[in-house]
Amino acid sequence: MNIFRFSSPQTFYPLAGKLIPVFGTLAVLCTIIGLYLGFFVAPTDAVQGEVYRIIYLHVAAAWMSMFIYLVMAFWSAIGLGLGTRLSFYMTQALAPTGALFCFIALWSGALWGRPTWGAYWVWDARLTSQLLLLFLYFGFIALTRSIEDPRRADKAGAIIALVGAVNVPIIHFSVKWWSTLHQGASVSMTKSSMESSMLWGMLIMAFAAWFYSLAVTLARARCIILERERHTDWAAAEIAAKGAKA
Amino acid sequence: MSWNSLSDFLAMGGRGFFVWGSYGAAFILIVAELWLLRVRRRQSLQRLYQLQQIEKD
Repeated sequence: MNIFRFSSPQTFYPLAGKLIPVFGTLAVLCTIIGLYLGFFVAPTDAVQGEVYRIIYLHVAAAWMSMFIYLVMAFWSAIGLGLGTRLSFYMTQALAPTGALFCFIALWSGALWGRPTWGAYWVWDARLTSQLLLLFLYFGFIALTRSIEDPRRADKAGAIIALVGAVNVPIIHFSVKWWSTLHQGASVSMTKSSMESSMLWGMLIMAFAAWFYSLAVTLARARCIILERERHTDWAAAEIAAKGAKA
Repeated sequence: MSWNSLSDFLAMGGRGFFVWGSYGAAFILIVAELWLLRVRRRQSLQRLYQLQQIEKD
């Protein structure tokens, strides 16, 4: 099987349609298992008490917000290098979900910061670079939507995605490079400082965020594909079939 | 399990506002995104269908 076949919008569109319910179901299952572990199996934190349970949301959202931006940069590089239209569609389909997770990470972080640090917000390296990520998402969305010529919008967006990707390692290493209020990483490839039910709850919630993002991004990509490819025979046929009922 | 009752669970050791404020906001935003996506799909199909009808003439 040639995987490059799926880089054509025509073959990708129906495949995405089949995958959305699969990823959606997996997202729901992972959320249920992850929250069950996090709220009913994992013990109370010795230092923070119950408020630490925000971690299952906060970490999954923060990881996802950074990862989505890197995926956007990846698709942008492919799009600029190979001129594949679908790469740009994917970049634009990812951005709103990335912004959503970025906001959830900041919001849950603020609500976690108040009882543990005594402040909703501090201008600390980790928090500031994460806020910059949110502005990069907003900038990307505003820029791609404000340029009328879609091909120019694709290119401009790709450049913002690539340049802004520099911020992602800054967020990741901010807790090492600067002395910050935000704690360092609790989990690494080799060791973890967490109890195993807490760790599993967190990891499964991260998977839930992955599956959710996949499902939502594919659904959004399908809308973009139809809008951009409407003059091709297959898309025109799809619009004629589905549009009459919509 | 660390909870003796439902109210104990909701209280989250006195930190209920912060815990449920986080999860509640995330839940609302996710539902909003799913809803907006549905609206977008329907509206874009309707618009594209109309355009197609106009271009046919």
